[in-house]
Amino acid sequence: MTVAFWTSLLSGMVLAGMPLLFTSLGETISEQSGILNIGLEGMMLVGAYAGFVAALYSHSPWVGVIAGIAAGMVMSSIMAVFCVRLGLDQIVVGIAILLLGEGLTSLLHGAQFGTSYPRLEGMMRIEIPLLSKIPVIGPSIFSQPLIFWVGIALVIVVRWVLRSTNWGLNIRAAGEKPGALDAAGVNVTWTRTAAVLATGGFAGIGGAYMAIVASGIFVPFMTNGLGFIAIVISMLARGRALWALVGSFLFGICLQIGTSLQVAGINIPTDVIFMLPFLVVMIVLIISARQAYLPAALCVPYKRGQRG
Amino acid sequence: MARSSWKRGSGQVTRAIIAIVVALIVGGIILLLLGRNPLAFYADIFRAGVLNGGWQDSITRMSVLLLMGMGYVVAFRGGIWNIGGDGQFLLSAALIAGAGPALFAVMPQGWALIILGLIGIVVGGSWTIVPSYLRASYGLNEIITSVMMSFLGIYLANILIKGPFRSEETTVPQTDVMPFDKLLPKIPGTTIPVGIFVALAAVVGLHYVMTRTSIGLRLTVMGANARAALHAGLKVRRLIMAAFFASGAFIGLGAAMEILGVWGYMRADWNPKYGLTLFALVFLARLNALAVIPLTGLFAVLTIGGHTASRNADLPNDFMLLLVGLILLFMTLSELISMGKARRRALGQRIVQALRLGREP
Repeated sequence: MTVAFWTSLLSGMVLAGMPLLFTSLGETISEQSGILNIGLEGMMLVGAYAGFVAALYSHSPWVGVIAGIAAGMVMSSIMAVFCVRLGLDQIVVGIAILLLGEGLTSLLHGAQFGTSYPRLEGMMRIEIPLLSKIPVIGPSIFSQPLIFWVGIALVIVVRWVLRSTNWGLNIRAAGEKPGALDAAGVNVTWTRTAAVLATGGFAGIGGAYMAIVASGIFVPFMTNGLGFIAIVISMLARGRALWALVGSFLFGICLQIGTSLQVAGINIPTDVIFMLPFLVVMIVLIISARQAYLPAALCVPYKRGQRG
Repeated sequence: MARSSWKRGSGQVTRAIIAIVVALIVGGIILLLLGRNPLAFYADIFRAGVLNGGWQDSITRMSVLLLMGMGYVVAFRGGIWNIGGDGQFLLSAALIAGAGPALFAVMPQGWALIILGLIGIVVGGSWTIVPSYLRASYGLNEIITSVMMSFLGIYLANILIKGPFRSEETTVPQTDVMPFDKLLPKIPGTTIPVGIFVALAAVVGLHYVMTRTSIGLRLTVMGANARAALHAGLKVRRLIMAAFFASGAFIGLGAAMEILGVWGYMRADWNPKYGLTLFALVFLARLNALAVIPLTGLFAVLTIGGHTASRNADLPNDFMLLLVGLILLFMTLSELISMGKARRRALGQRIVQALRLGREP
């Protein structure tokens, strides 16, 4: 295996893993607070579309990222109202959000751009002095756009918030024993609402990253199952942000390895390449079937004054 | 008793209609914002989906939708979330389309059709075995595993069509075309294949099993309260495996009706994405097999007519996804109006038990 192979594998790992990282971090927060967010992929798509359009017209990728966050949060506010406030079925509402996201973005894209796919300029890369000169990991890891480092920082922030702050404690209590949290005088509904909105924001960044940084174009249905992989990652990470990071990059490798093998001159049919990450998820799930952990009150709507 | 159940039933019908109408209105507003005329759009749907023989296409489409719908009814009744219908559907379709031309060449039409139908049933059912085993034995959430298996099935179907089943006569990757006179016969005087009778028989049969037999009762008990079912001495593991298999089998049979009744071959990358939309319809029908019939009828008209309407309005065909998402959302909302607090809570409990059965008892 050549240097070119490893460099392309590592940089591709980051490119494919970052959307998963943002999204699975978001899902971790929401799962910990007791809301299973099946509609993640719809939020990613809406974030991707809004981010793409904003970046296209403002010529600024950062405006795009912020638009992606906002759009993801708007979508997740549906979930907040329906599932947290009204206590409706999380799986049905999640699937509704997925369908809405898919239909809406495809429709808007078709109405706005027809069958043309305009391209964005890439984001500025930041080459860290000295470190970026190291072969293989220099050009792949240490010359990433700034948003890569934002992502890494968010992992640390989420880990810190969930483990060492009152907010994190509230969120985890809302997922394990909402009644106890309520008895302690904290508003469960607001805790969960905040967690769901944060999830939407994270999924929005994930989608915006895909459209703005990773590919530079928006294609309908471009997430193609990544939202579900992110759910698996956060289930296996069991609320630990660092494991979400590791998991995302491992799946990033699965998503990338086919392309890198083509760089190295080995040809594999594209369908096999697309299949690989899902195959790996299945194998991981079978091996660690007993280890996937879900909070006790996941999917249980909380209503004051009811037993449980 | 009979009267109150009738009253409840009519209330459900009213709420379903309200959800659909509100979704159509909101969808119309979105069309208006996109600068399209929603009235013309819906008129196009009606014109192409019902008038001028469009009703025949719609009824043809219903046969696959009904069978897939039955697949979801049997799973959801048992509290099993089989979300991976698309993979089961496409893999069955690919194997039927791949095996069909060879089978028709060596045996009489009737036998070939029966064997191809069985291939659909077995393949669709088998594709559920991994998620259902993991759920039954380890309590692993089948929502995730069935979705993962669905993606695997979709890509595997493509690999098969671009590889071993690829026709040498075309440049586009697809299977060999089966002789059209040997496909499912049409109802005389129409263009509707007889598959619709298979589908209706499945609906009536499943409704009978679910409402009049002990198997149906056992499944409903398990879906309502898995732990109670376990304490009542039901063989929960076996029930999960059987219901999951039946779910995939119905979906596979639906694929057989679609390939053998409509297409006669399968192209690579073909994916009608019926799975999640049927999920919505089955919920709208409150998991009642008979109520699925009018809803799939409506959806068939929407998809058949929507194709033409989208083309006329110069929009992608995905407006239907948006509409179904809206229907689903407003349906859950209308649920709220009718449901007492206790029942709302019971639904949440059901899902929790579905998620963690096998670990707790």
